[in-house]
Amino acid sequence: MRTPIAWYLVLSGILFSIGTVGVLVRRNALVIFMAIELQLNAVNLTLIAFARQLGQVDGQVLAFFSMVVAAAEVVVGLAIIVSIFRRRASASVDDLSFLKW
Amino acid sequence: MGELITFWITAPISVGAAALMLFQRNAVHAALLLILNQFTLAVFFVLLDAEFLAAVQVIVYAGAIMVLFLFVIMFLGIDRRETLRERLRGQRPLAIVLGIFMVAAIVFVVQVGVGLTQLATTDIPQQDGNVQEVARVLFTDYVFPFEVTSILLIIAAIAAMVLGRRSGRPLEEDDREVSR
Repeated sequence: MRTPIAWYLVLSGILFSIGTVGVLVRRNALVIFMAIELQLNAVNLTLIAFARQLGQVDGQVLAFFSMVVAAAEVVVGLAIIVSIFRRRASASVDDLSFLKW
Repeated sequence: MGELITFWITAPISVGAAALMLFQRNAVHAALLLILNQFTLAVFFVLLDAEFLAAVQVIVYAGAIMVLFLFVIMFLGIDRRETLRERLRGQRPLAIVLGIFMVAAIVFVVQVGVGLTQLATTDIPQQDGNVQEVARVLFTDYVFPFEVTSILLIIAAIAAMVLGRRSGRPLEEDDREVSR
């Protein structure tokens, strides 16, 4: 017997919610970034679960693209965090209010 | 039957690692728990007939991306001075209200998705293997997005080099500063 696809969707929803809470609650820019990665992973799980449901690999290809975009996003994001840290010696998002109007 | 057992062993580890990640003061511990979570996701990918993506998940996510994360954490030094005190007035209650809406939205979307999965499943064609099947679709139907992705990666690499430089000054000046 195969695992119902619905369970994967529920699991993916739980992981996405945990990631959302992490983005909203934490103040360390690096941990916020990790929570975003968690959200991206949860969405990938949904894509692959539906690929299994529909019997096509298109969902898997889409998840592959999302991984590539996530890799590019991490590279740029971490470079921004490092360059901010050089100026402010802090990775806390509360100290980043200098972008505010 | 084995698939069900694997799912029920792996799913609590996955959710537990993700939830514990939120409560780690130490960013390195959070990164290690995220790596554990990504390994469990690779297990789910295998269960869902996506063997190729399971390998990519381990190599790219748990390997490359998380090593980059750990490298930056070590590079910046671990910052334990994180406070949970909010600086914006009224942010906390507003966040709770909007968070409830967000959870409701996620529950609704998952319900719609679960409704869709009541339809009959068809198996992914497996006669050539998953890698061949993904490659066939990737290099025929999705060849243009694939090429655009290469441009994206070049832009990201250049952006990281520009942002990672010491300042807007010419390179020679930076070099002199380092040697001094």
